[in-house]
Amino acid sequence: MDEITNQEKKTFWENLLSIDRRIIFLFIIIAVSVPLFFKTSLEIPVSPVVQGVYNAIENLPAGSKVLISFDYDPGSMPELQPMAESFFRHCFRNNLKVIIMGLWPQGPIQANMALDKVFKELKEEEKTVKIPQYGIDYVNLGFTAGNEVVIDRMGHDFQESYPADAKGTPLSEIPLMQGVRNYDNVDLILNLSAGYPGTQEWVQYAVDVFHVKLAAGNTAVQAPSMYPYVQTGQLTGVLGGMKGGAEYELALKRPAKAVSYMFSQAVAHGVICLFIILGNIAFFTMRKKKTS
Amino acid sequence: MSGEVIGVWIGAILTLGIFSFLYKDNPFYKFSEALFVGISAGYWFVVTFWQYFIPKFWDNLALSFNELVTKGRIDYHWIYLIGGFFGVLMILRLVPKIGWLSRWSLAFIVGTTAGLQFTRYLESNGIRQVVGTIQPLVVGGNLGTTIGNLIIVVGTFTGLIYFFFSKEHKGAFGGAARVGVWFLMINFGAMFGYTVMSRMSLLIGRMDYLFTDWLKLIK
Amino acid sequence: MRREVPLILTAIVGITMIIAHFIPPFNILKNLFEDWFFIIAAFAIYLGILNLIRVNADKLYKKQHDWPFGLVVILGFLLITIIGLFFSGGRSFQDPGTPFYYLYMHLYYPLSATMFALLAFFVASASYRAFRARNIEATMLLLAAFILMVGRVPIGYWFSDWLGDALGKSADWIMDFPQTAGQRAIMIGIALGVVSSALRVILGLERTYTGGE
Repeated sequence: MDEITNQEKKTFWENLLSIDRRIIFLFIIIAVSVPLFFKTSLEIPVSPVVQGVYNAIENLPAGSKVLISFDYDPGSMPELQPMAESFFRHCFRNNLKVIIMGLWPQGPIQANMALDKVFKELKEEEKTVKIPQYGIDYVNLGFTAGNEVVIDRMGHDFQESYPADAKGTPLSEIPLMQGVRNYDNVDLILNLSAGYPGTQEWVQYAVDVFHVKLAAGNTAVQAPSMYPYVQTGQLTGVLGGMKGGAEYELALKRPAKAVSYMFSQAVAHGVICLFIILGNIAFFTMRKKKTS
Repeated sequence: MSGEVIGVWIGAILTLGIFSFLYKDNPFYKFSEALFVGISAGYWFVVTFWQYFIPKFWDNLALSFNELVTKGRIDYHWIYLIGGFFGVLMILRLVPKIGWLSRWSLAFIVGTTAGLQFTRYLESNGIRQVVGTIQPLVVGGNLGTTIGNLIIVVGTFTGLIYFFFSKEHKGAFGGAARVGVWFLMINFGAMFGYTVMSRMSLLIGRMDYLFTDWLKLIK
Repeated sequence: MRREVPLILTAIVGITMIIAHFIPPFNILKNLFEDWFFIIAAFAIYLGILNLIRVNADKLYKKQHDWPFGLVVILGFLLITIIGLFFSGGRSFQDPGTPFYYLYMHLYYPLSATMFALLAFFVASASYRAFRARNIEATMLLLAAFILMVGRVPIGYWFSDWLGDALGKSADWIMDFPQTAGQRAIMIGIALGVVSSALRVILGLERTYTGGE
């Protein structure tokens, strides 16, 4: 009787470990999709690295110039687009002037998408608020090929890398760009980065050469690599992945997309942790049986 | 049916095409994948043309040509022809007999990158990080900071010891390398956790697109 | 000629880029080299694209395995290229409302985003099958990953709120201290590697990029 029971137990663990991966995929789809249908308010404490980003923008006086570099593509939109929208909300709320650029070709398009959304909100929710004007409150310089060379050249003269904005208007004809020659005339750089070129290149070629202040929003894959830069002060702060974006939205007291996604994120992480626990229990049980 | 609605349907169908790979490889997935490759190539072609080729190469040459024709003088912008020459050499890689000429362009790219990265990596990722590691090992009255600084110093130092392969990892040196491995494992665990977070975020974005923008099941 | 000219070019350009960092008048040459770098980089992108088209055209012509998909690649390329070059308003081709923007939003964006989203499934499957606490090092990796995955999302707060958000604070602590230390060791190691590789390339000791002929 014991031999038959032992054989059944062994079969169960083996079956569990050799389960069709499509069943795992199904669990993941359910874990991610179902929470999207529930609207929950979540408590998310703001971490010091995110507070650093918030403070860097909040402490700027009205009229300060902020350069935002959009260095990502649609593949990273769920993580970085909410951050982009929050950056715009924060900057426009505090009457900061925004200079948009991109080291990735799709970056300036992502910026336009974020601007569209924020302007729509401003029109619907705050009818008395002035909508930012192109050329006066913000400008989009577009994309330039060259990666870190672009960052390096802009440190000497923006016009070397961007003789005109994305629409072809010479910078000398844009009111916002009057008096903006290089990083000395910019009060803060915000970088949204999904890879190369990205935050690391901004630290190497802008912060350490021209001593500008830099804060960043990164995909979660990149975020751990940025912590050494935060510790040395090369970065004032970093928003890491969707969680970082959610924390920033809450710091801004403007919960939006990132916060709404966190419930799905939490359930998905829980499911993966359960899978890992299950896999290890099966592994150790089978190992114990083999040794005994 | 508006263009926007048609566009969302096309996007949703292509999304499901890519997801169909999860069941098994199939022609629907292969079609979506091939379309992605072609669209990406075309996208880069167009962007590079309008955002770089025209403003940086064509416009400069047009300026010089204009100076020559209207004022009869040779402008310094003609020097961009040398860059264009190297660029054309790069394209010649496609011609087997004279493809070796592309190595000149490649040498230029490699030299520029090597020269730029030499100083930048040394300063930002080397010296500054070493400076950041030099922390006071005892901070009076602040146990948390003391422990934190100790961990930063010991972790960085032992991690670097692990990467030193010119000496055999045994004895005290081996022990230090072992401690370094533990710190590296914590780093890799953190990176794994964040990678899971990142990938799940992307999937959440796609499912939100399907349920909100396409099926309109979520407001 | 075939090997000597590239080596000399690399050395001249590389040394100029380094010297310009220390002797400002060399910035004029550095800026010029960077401008040429921009142009060559753009042509390098065209090279990759032309090669892709050539490979798929070849596949189509010779009716190789899966040749219809080669046609899809070429048609996709032609669609967005023709629209982007001729029908989207020139330099404002990326502005919302242009045909190019429409293709970007409804073809490029869904395809690109979904390709990356597929990774979520494979991460889950790989975690289940391969993530085992076989020894001390693997256990440390597993524990760190666990604390981060739970602590960095609201479930960590739900489980440990009664302990003052212990999981969340642990996750933050791990990121600020041991993770930073390990990451820094890797960073410094890579920096030293990059510096030595750059020197080898500039001095002509590293010649793989010059090809085998």
